[in-house]
Amino acid sequence: MNGARPLAAGVVLAALVIASSATAQQSGAAPGSGRPIAIGSKPFGESYLLAEVFAQLLEARGHRVVRRLGLGGTDIIFPALQQGAIDVYPEYTGAGLLVILKAPPEPDASRVFDIVSREFRARLDAIWLPPLGFENTYAMSVRTETAERLGLRTLSDFARVSRELRAGFTADFIGRQDGLPGLTAAYGLAPRSVNALSPAVKYQALMAGSVDVIDAYSTDGLLARYPITVLQDDRHFFPPYDAAALVRGATAREQPSAIAALTELSGRIDVLRMRRWNERLEVNGDEIGRVARDALNELGLLAAATDTSAAGGAAGASESSLWTYLWGRRAEIGRLTVRHLMLAGVSLLLAVAVAVPLGLAVSRSTAAPAVVRGVGVLQTIPGLALLAFLLPLLGIGVVPALVALFLYALYPIVQNTVAGILAADSGAAAAAEALGMTSRQVLWHVRLPLATPVIMAGVRTAAVLNIGTATLAALIGAGGLGDPIVAGLALSDARMILSGAIPAALLAFAVDWCLGLVQLAVTPRALRSERLP
Amino acid sequence: MPVLSASNVVRRFGAVTALDGVSLDVEAGECVALVGESGSGKSTLLRAFNRVTEPDAGAIRVDGQDVRDVDTVALRRRIGYVPQDGGLLPHWSVRRNASLVPWLEARADAAAAADGALELVGLPAAQFGDRWPHQLSGGQRQRVAMARALAANPRIVLLDEPFGALDAITRSDLQQMFAGLRRRTGIAALLVTHDLHEAYLLADRIAVMRAGRIEQDAAPATLIGAPATAYVQQLLERAHVRPEGVR
Repeated sequence: MNGARPLAAGVVLAALVIASSATAQQSGAAPGSGRPIAIGSKPFGESYLLAEVFAQLLEARGHRVVRRLGLGGTDIIFPALQQGAIDVYPEYTGAGLLVILKAPPEPDASRVFDIVSREFRARLDAIWLPPLGFENTYAMSVRTETAERLGLRTLSDFARVSRELRAGFTADFIGRQDGLPGLTAAYGLAPRSVNALSPAVKYQALMAGSVDVIDAYSTDGLLARYPITVLQDDRHFFPPYDAAALVRGATAREQPSAIAALTELSGRIDVLRMRRWNERLEVNGDEIGRVARDALNELGLLAAATDTSAAGGAAGASESSLWTYLWGRRAEIGRLTVRHLMLAGVSLLLAVAVAVPLGLAVSRSTAAPAVVRGVGVLQTIPGLALLAFLLPLLGIGVVPALVALFLYALYPIVQNTVAGILAADSGAAAAAEALGMTSRQVLWHVRLPLATPVIMAGVRTAAVLNIGTATLAALIGAGGLGDPIVAGLALSDARMILSGAIPAALLAFAVDWCLGLVQLAVTPRALRSERLP
Repeated sequence: MPVLSASNVVRRFGAVTALDGVSLDVEAGECVALVGESGSGKSTLLRAFNRVTEPDAGAIRVDGQDVRDVDTVALRRRIGYVPQDGGLLPHWSVRRNASLVPWLEARADAAAAADGALELVGLPAAQFGDRWPHQLSGGQRQRVAMARALAANPRIVLLDEPFGALDAITRSDLQQMFAGLRRRTGIAALLVTHDLHEAYLLADRIAVMRAGRIEQDAAPATLIGAPATAYVQQLLERAHVRPEGVR
């Protein structure tokens, strides 16, 4: 029992040493002006598209870029910027004010920009480039027919007639203080009814006449598609969410020419343009590289020659079947699968190295239930929350992903180790002890071999869970099969999602089967049943 | 000097007094049967000799030495032990099970000692040595447990209801086997049983236990001929054991 604790501590220490050296490697690549600019995005379509626009513009200006797209929300991507894991990403001033600075809301757009510019530069060493030219905020929207019939242009107009109208809002909006409750107070709204709608169906519900007003986002591609009128927020209830490139301070100092190139976009993208591009991306399913290229061409920022060839190449791909699509991406899928296996496998091995000795150490003591429960608590932390929690310690990338997966894998293994040891033939163990085995010998020669099938079952559970959970690693830029899943979800591209999900499912099957063979191999021969893995 | 000696041993489990000042001696080469109903304390007394149970008061001596003065593991390795369920290690072959104690003692001839012990209990090693416990009958498993208890040639063996879970014919076979090997080895034995017939058949002395005390400790013939207490009398009647009734 005393021996297992230093061992567990040693494994954790080793993991941390690997972690810190890997972090050092990441930042070790930093200095030098030839360094590629790492461009990040949040995991939704518009953010992907803006990041891709940044990337292609920088490439056209002769800079090398690295794309680290689809990083989890503001809580993950901004620390990643501060730590230098990315150099720039598209952000919204309102989010900078409320989420990052945690400052009180401020209605005036230029004041918000002033505040975030000043505070980010002074306190956070990050630079807001001049805004791109559009806002993406809550957009209370009605059918144009309704607007014309009732003479609605503003939210104040809407408040006058709100008693006659039915609202369909997302649950998020209904609950948030800066959503419906605040809006109701600001304008004195009293809709006839408020229905909770999922974002996926709200436009259909509006156009079908099931509801009369919805909470859209001002740049939603679907706003361009339907005859919909966005009501003006004439009392400036919603904080301004001006889109802009947010740049790491050190990058701005080291690579001023790259930053200068990005400012070419400032003030050039108005809300109608952004809506149209979002529509191509999210509604029509056009390939993101192509939409970005066309956008830059539309802005006159690319030499026209680069356009035609690339656009032609992408056109065929969007019409091919799923299998052709998967086959066409086989090299990429293979690479992602290897990375995925590495993430799940290394974390699993570390977890086995810690959880089995821990389980053995505590199984015979009265502390066992407390330890198992304690490890179980780790399991209840949502994946994204754990990643966000680890971020200040370990940054983004492979290392925090490994640590998170390691923590998730502990529980089933500790649980099964304890259960297996306790369930091991107590008559045999008691007899062996009464005939002169030391308790260590009883553990090693009797309880552990008898518990191996149960312990291995725990390892298999952990492995399958890990392969599933490892798809979240994409949200912190660790790669793996989560990359196409996160991107596909953001871009509403089912084929892209499947190109990650199918290999992940097959990988889970394959790994479970292989571990079944291992389980058979480590189960004492006398205890093997005829069952195959 | 007795090989096993308990003097004024007390053992309590919470409010229950399992052993209430028990004294008992087993001489070298002697077989003593501890007889009594469930909960009479007979198994607790047996387990005090190999320190599976620690008395709250009194002294336990093995070969004249107080067990608290010797290493527990070493003590256990020189006392054979057969539990009711056999307690074989299910993942070890018959031969490996039988060689347990010599192997723990790191004896080079552990396998040979095991084979010898298996012969002694009537299981030829060539035929049974490589089998798994689950491939044996209940009686065969108890024979292996017996072989395991004897393989290191102890002078003492503790048997806790060793034949209790077997059918009548198998039990009789094993009793014969046990009587035979005792004649050959001269090993001292403490046999816990609830079966007076078995005690009568196998033991040199019978100690009847009741509520943590010994009611009578006497040679079988004496016990049957002159029960010391009404309880012993009652026990004999219930078991249909009478002087003329046994062989």
